Amino acid sequence: MIKLEHVTKIFPDGTRAVKDLTMEIGKGEFCIFLGPSGCGKTTSMKMINRLAPLSSGKIYIDEVDIMKLNPNELRRGIGYAIQNIGLFPHLTVAENIATVPILKKWPKTKQRTRAEELLELVGMDPGTFLDRYPSELSGGQQQRVGVARCLGADPPILLMDEPFGAIDPITRGKLQDEFLKIQAKIKKTIAFVTHDINEAIKMGDKIALLREGELVQFSDPATLLNAPKDEFVRNFVGADRSLKGLRLHRVRDIMQESPQIVKLGENPVEVKACMERDKLKWAMLVDDQNQFLGWVTYEDLREDKPIREIIQPAAVTAAPETPLNEALSMMLNSAIGNLAVLDEQKRLLGVLTFENIREVLGQAGSAQNGFGGKDR
Amino acid sequence: MKKYITLALLLVILLGITVWMTSLGSVGIFKMAPTMKVLTATTRHLQIVAAAELLAIVVGIPIGFTNTRRAVRFVSPVLIGAANVGQTVPTLAFIGIAGAVLGMGYKAAVVALFVYAMLPIIRNTYAGIRSVDPAVKEAAQGMGMSRWQVTWKVELPLARPVILAGIRTSTVVNVGTAAVAGMIGAGGLGEIIITGIAVRVTQLILQGAAPTAALAVILDALFSGLEEVVTPRGLKVLKQAQ
Repeated sequence: MIKLEHVTKIFPDGTRAVKDLTMEIGKGEFCIFLGPSGCGKTTSMKMINRLAPLSSGKIYIDEVDIMKLNPNELRRGIGYAIQNIGLFPHLTVAENIATVPILKKWPKTKQRTRAEELLELVGMDPGTFLDRYPSELSGGQQQRVGVARCLGADPPILLMDEPFGAIDPITRGKLQDEFLKIQAKIKKTIAFVTHDINEAIKMGDKIALLREGELVQFSDPATLLNAPKDEFVRNFVGADRSLKGLRLHRVRDIMQESPQIVKLGENPVEVKACMERDKLKWAMLVDDQNQFLGWVTYEDLREDKPIREIIQPAAVTAAPETPLNEALSMMLNSAIGNLAVLDEQKRLLGVLTFENIREVLGQAGSAQNGFGGKDR
Repeated sequence: MKKYITLALLLVILLGITVWMTSLGSVGIFKMAPTMKVLTATTRHLQIVAAAELLAIVVGIPIGFTNTRRAVRFVSPVLIGAANVGQTVPTLAFIGIAGAVLGMGYKAAVVALFVYAMLPIIRNTYAGIRSVDPAVKEAAQGMGMSRWQVTWKVELPLARPVILAGIRTSTVVNVGTAAVAGMIGAGGLGEIIITGIAVRVTQLILQGAAPTAALAVILDALFSGLEEVVTPRGLKVLKQAQ
């Protein structure tokens, strides 16, 4: 979809910002340009819509050389969102979102309905916000409008320069999650610039790691973490790269699907016998609808106490989509040390234990060493 | 509301003085200016101000704007600096020079006032355009606005209140400066004041000065209203939020 061939950027002062960059971003791919500041990632991205003119090399979009296109037409076909958002303060939210539709001279009603659609897509109520001005919105809301605006005329390609950069970590995490959900629906081809390795791993299908204008490694996040190409990559991803790798997995992928369960009405003595036989320290308690109620431990089971009196309710539970890094942190905070996985109706789907997570880390560890065998 | 009451009171006093002085007819052997003369002088005064101001707007805004462009960034500090320094030159000097070079009369007055009025307009246009957030401009360009569209749809609307403030300042100042232009025979209310000074008749000075002040007050109020109208709503909300 987007092809860069021997792309080089030399600034007027002689700085070589990007050196001989060759890479390809496939259709529907979420590609991250990652690197320390001054590595040329933003410049590389800006060359795609010609905001930064190429010094040499070629860029093709759908096999068409971008230098053969009118730059304004080219840009109207590519969504653009930046860290400082750059909403137009004198225009309403609706007018901001419809910037490109207005430039493309869409009919008025179509502009309006498009703005409504997009506002809803980014999780804001059109009735409340369409006619507000940017200065009336919170930082997070402005970022959302910025994202909606770059989707204005439904471009197949999005260029995003740290679009979630200027907000607090909690809102950022939320916006990242929401944007991933949106991307799953709209399947855009995205070039996304960030200096944040965690954001890169969380968001990207592919990561292009740059240093001083050169492409150091271009791979999927797992490979970047498990098989860093050189010392620079190793340092950049950080010593805790195995832990970061957990982010790439979801609870759904590794949970045990048929845990030991206990029904509410069962006889404590029988349950205890059962657990003794299977050498279990704990079991999960569910009601008739398979809704999770809490944990039951072997020590707590007594003849004279009905099960409902010894339930240890779970403070935290996970969803199948929860990333493993979050799941691990939940487990560290829970008394039982295991994590119940529930669906949206609180029905029990499975359980996650430390053992499961250790297995994942073990795989990553062996891949790091480049040997097939288990390391220890 | 309080603002309007003060304004109305001020105008009533100034116009009252004018009418009163005119009604005196004469002070000693000196005749006051007749009503017709006051009216034609006022019209002339306005003419000088309007002509100079229009020219200043037409020339000043493009100069101020051009100076914000990258291509001239080596010249602009000099030019903007010159505009700032120019404002410190006394108006009297401007008018004197114009009179000496172009000959006495209306034209010389308009030219002097035009140059003088242009300075705040250049400066404010420059400052207004420069104050537009670079991120906003980058976003506009990145979404496919042409240079021209960035200017018309983004830069100028955002700079509009600042530019207008420059026009307002220069207009109000020029009402006063135009009175000085009476010295080089340009006509206007300055003529009555200067005659009054020459013959040392305070009443005559007041007869010219009061309507001049009234003009300044009226124009200032008009521009203040205009600023309210041209300031984009989104920017007013911004002000309230701060």
